[in-house]
Amino acid sequence: MDVNMLQNILLTIATASTPLLLAAIGELVVERSGVLNLGVEGMMVIGAVCGFAGAFITGSPWIGALAGILAGVLLSLLFGFLALSLATNQVATGLSLTLLGIGLSGMIGEDFVGRAGIRLPRLDLPVLSDLPLVGKLLFGQDPLFYVSIALTAAVMWFLFKTRTGLTLRSIGDNHKSAHALGINVLLYRYLAVMFGGACAGLAGAHLSLVYTPQWVENMTAGRGWIALALVVFASWRPWRVIGGAYLFGAVTIGQIHAQALGIPIPSQLMSALPYLATIVVLVLISRDRRLTVINTPASLAQPFVPDR
Amino acid sequence: MRLELIKRPQKSALYSAISPLLALVLTLLAGFLIFSLLGKPPVAALHAYFIEPLSEAWQLHELAIKAAPLIMIAVGLSVCYRSNNWNIGAEGQFIIGGITGSLVPILFPQFQTLFTLPVMLLLGFIGGAAMGAIPALLKTRFNTNEILTSLMLVYVAQLFLDWLARGRFRDPGGNNFPGSIRFPESARLGEIFPSHGSAHWGIVLAILSAIIVWFMMRFLMKGFEVKVLGGSPRAGRFGGFSSTKMVFFAFLLSGGLAGLAGIAEVAGAIGQLRETISPGYGFAAIIVAFLGRLNPLGAIAAGFVLALTYLGGEAAQMSLGVSEKVARVFQGLLLFFVLGCDTLIHYRIKFIFGEAGKPATAKG
Amino acid sequence: MRKTLLALAAGIALAATSGGAAFAQDKFKACFVYIGPVTDGGWTQAHDEARQYVEEQLGDEIETAYLENVPEGPDSERAITRMARSGCNIVFTTSFGYMDPTIAVAEKHPDVMFEHATGYKTADNVTNYNARFYEGRYIIGQIAGNISETGTAGYIASFPIPEVVMGINAFLQGARSVDPDFKLKVVWVNSWHDAGKEADAAKALVDQGVDILTQHTDSAAPMQVAEERGIHAFGQAFDQSEAGPTAQKTAILDTWGPYYVKRIKMAMDGTWKGGESTWDGLKDGILTMAPYRNMPDDVKAMAEETEAKIKSGELHPFTGPINKQDGTEWLAEGETAEDGTLLGMDFYVEGVDDTLPN
Repeated sequence: MDVNMLQNILLTIATASTPLLLAAIGELVVERSGVLNLGVEGMMVIGAVCGFAGAFITGSPWIGALAGILAGVLLSLLFGFLALSLATNQVATGLSLTLLGIGLSGMIGEDFVGRAGIRLPRLDLPVLSDLPLVGKLLFGQDPLFYVSIALTAAVMWFLFKTRTGLTLRSIGDNHKSAHALGINVLLYRYLAVMFGGACAGLAGAHLSLVYTPQWVENMTAGRGWIALALVVFASWRPWRVIGGAYLFGAVTIGQIHAQALGIPIPSQLMSALPYLATIVVLVLISRDRRLTVINTPASLAQPFVPDR
Repeated sequence: MRLELIKRPQKSALYSAISPLLALVLTLLAGFLIFSLLGKPPVAALHAYFIEPLSEAWQLHELAIKAAPLIMIAVGLSVCYRSNNWNIGAEGQFIIGGITGSLVPILFPQFQTLFTLPVMLLLGFIGGAAMGAIPALLKTRFNTNEILTSLMLVYVAQLFLDWLARGRFRDPGGNNFPGSIRFPESARLGEIFPSHGSAHWGIVLAILSAIIVWFMMRFLMKGFEVKVLGGSPRAGRFGGFSSTKMVFFAFLLSGGLAGLAGIAEVAGAIGQLRETISPGYGFAAIIVAFLGRLNPLGAIAAGFVLALTYLGGEAAQMSLGVSEKVARVFQGLLLFFVLGCDTLIHYRIKFIFGEAGKPATAKG
Repeated sequence: MRKTLLALAAGIALAATSGGAAFAQDKFKACFVYIGPVTDGGWTQAHDEARQYVEEQLGDEIETAYLENVPEGPDSERAITRMARSGCNIVFTTSFGYMDPTIAVAEKHPDVMFEHATGYKTADNVTNYNARFYEGRYIIGQIAGNISETGTAGYIASFPIPEVVMGINAFLQGARSVDPDFKLKVVWVNSWHDAGKEADAAKALVDQGVDILTQHTDSAAPMQVAEERGIHAFGQAFDQSEAGPTAQKTAILDTWGPYYVKRIKMAMDGTWKGGESTWDGLKDGILTMAPYRNMPDDVKAMAEETEAKIKSGELHPFTGPINKQDGTEWLAEGETAEDGTLLGMDFYVEGVDDTLPN
């Protein structure tokens, strides 16, 4: 294996992991505020189709990315209206949102099937991008890769270093006492849900503008569910989401390489490896009960209605 | 304008009854709007969606076939969620139940007696329960979050079934295509009224399981324990209940019922073990459990409603060329309306018009 | 239960006002059941474009209807039943897994004609049909053998069913007809359409040194990867030259249209007969090759010649001597493969660097 091949493999892993990371980091903030939105898959797929449509119509993939974000936010507002304003059951509402999102994306996307997509341009810095081994990895990736890393850092800083972040976490832990302290619980939660929608929409746009620049119905193919699982995997800690997303991506790509090398293991077992690996690693890291309890939002998925 | 929810002192019996009706009216209005916008005759479309599937005997049978697995899984999930355990891997338990139950006709095709089917159903239940026991064990033993483990195991189960149906369990006379032998008659869950349609006894099993579990939740100590531990683990522990045992109970029951649904589907509607045996029943049943308000009897009604939306979508596609995507969107809206209207049972909704300033805070 | 009852009650009220919906059924009606969405960019879309072709060709004489995204199993049985009951005269069921449901429904509806794609069972009112895609795969294999510099191709495969295995073998036969040492790497993605996974597999294969990509999955993602990495690829089901203007050499196009028109006409004039199996090939136009592009003239000439020879019956892609993967003889010198063996193919020919699950 030469240096170039190693770099290429790492780049492939990064591309596969980025949409998972984007969607998961958004959902992490949502869940930290005490809301469980199981509609990530639906918001992602809407982001994918609107991202593609935006880029296709305007010719600018940047506008496409914005369209993806916007679409994700709009769909998340629908969830917010039901789950927050009307205090409906969050699990059922999120699942219904996924059904709606998949149907809606199919309707929107009918005219875009089979059309050539537009790719978000990769970063290209003189000299730096051409460095051996790390050049492309550090300085030559698609913009959303950098966004995903920066976003994770920003969420980490926001949740643990800012007052607003502390407030958000306290709402997730106990919305009643937060309310008693005069905090507008629903407002925070709406904003968190919208942030989650934006991230899921962007993750979808990554699929249709970076990963595979085209629109195919259901192109998220279950990645929204993986993102949801990664939030749990991370025990609601942002840096662990990076770990989870890249672990999942690495095992996925690794098993493909193993297959291409002709290693005689059933392909079904190979395809199951990412899921098994995630379970095993989570078992290993979640044995410290105390740490897990501290980080789990205690009022997750419980509806909140301000009493008067 | 904004709206405010005001908690009712107690559940409104009136709205418990009206809310589904209100949801239906809203759905019809939304449907009228959507279909008109798409240039389809709205009344005919709604007729195809809601009436056609209920207007012929064979379609009612199909409704029962579609609803049976949804109900059976949702009944188990209702108890599981009530106890505050989050099994979202029913799809995987359904698949494993389908596999373990099928072991009998595939490995012992000569074993054709009266006991064949009961043994299969039992094995299906055990298989699903065993699959459910994995997240339970990991949760109680290693403190691993059950949402992740149960979900991830779904994919593992799907791939395992794929491997079996294309390899070891493949029908030797099947031209090397995937899928097992077709089960002999003694290994099939028979049809109820074969002259009218193809519904099999799975729906009866589903309704029976709903009634039994409802009885347990309502009248037995175990049901009380589920509710206490689900409401407050601390209180439960003071009451001498073990939350570890409850985790296992919840997962074994919900996994077992999902497994039973799996083998009932394989031995009933399908008739062989295929490389896929579920179009997502395990996930759809989560919606059913909550639509049914986590009540086993509610799951029966909710299961039929969800099944109707699938059949109705198909009927509308067929008779009016309404696309499958529109049907899916409409299904999502219907669920939203049902969920939203249920809010009225517990709350009064107050609309506040004009400049309302900051939402009322700090009054609690 | 209450909800259902209420729904029922309201429904009946609605039915009363609408007077029920009645639809006149005079025209001949052809119906299609699809496994995927009609816009999947692959298998299902090809069938649906063929359905539209039927409408263009036969115009006012017929009407068509379809159900898309129909899962195999009980859902497909219901869908086919619905078609048989709603006035369809002929029903095309376009996925292997619809085979048993098609047979079951056909038994209950002897007056309706059924055609099932890619299976092997028939009945008095059921035929089956398929296309000899392996003929196209042989041609693209031959092109690959000519233009590859590394002598290795990557094959992105979906599921190990005979059809896919047959395609892999045909491709390798074609490649080895010009380069006896040609090698093939296979990656199974366990999905028909997951663009992301297909792209991952394509990248992995390129990283391992293949300079030819071909696929038995639906999306154009591998073509995009080929274009980006500057290697060669072949379109699947559709012309994918928009995704790979320089990468695409040619494409195997699924062109079911003429077949459907022929069969529907037969059904209309009463010459349609059940119990038959049709396995058409390049000569019948059920599959066609997209224009040969982006290759040297001599390669193009060779591809065209091979295509002509296959059409005329002069060349059968599986002509001995061919050994199985383990080195044992499959076909002796000059012997050609029987259709039955091909349709149930569960072994690789010599030279495939992969293990089939068994």
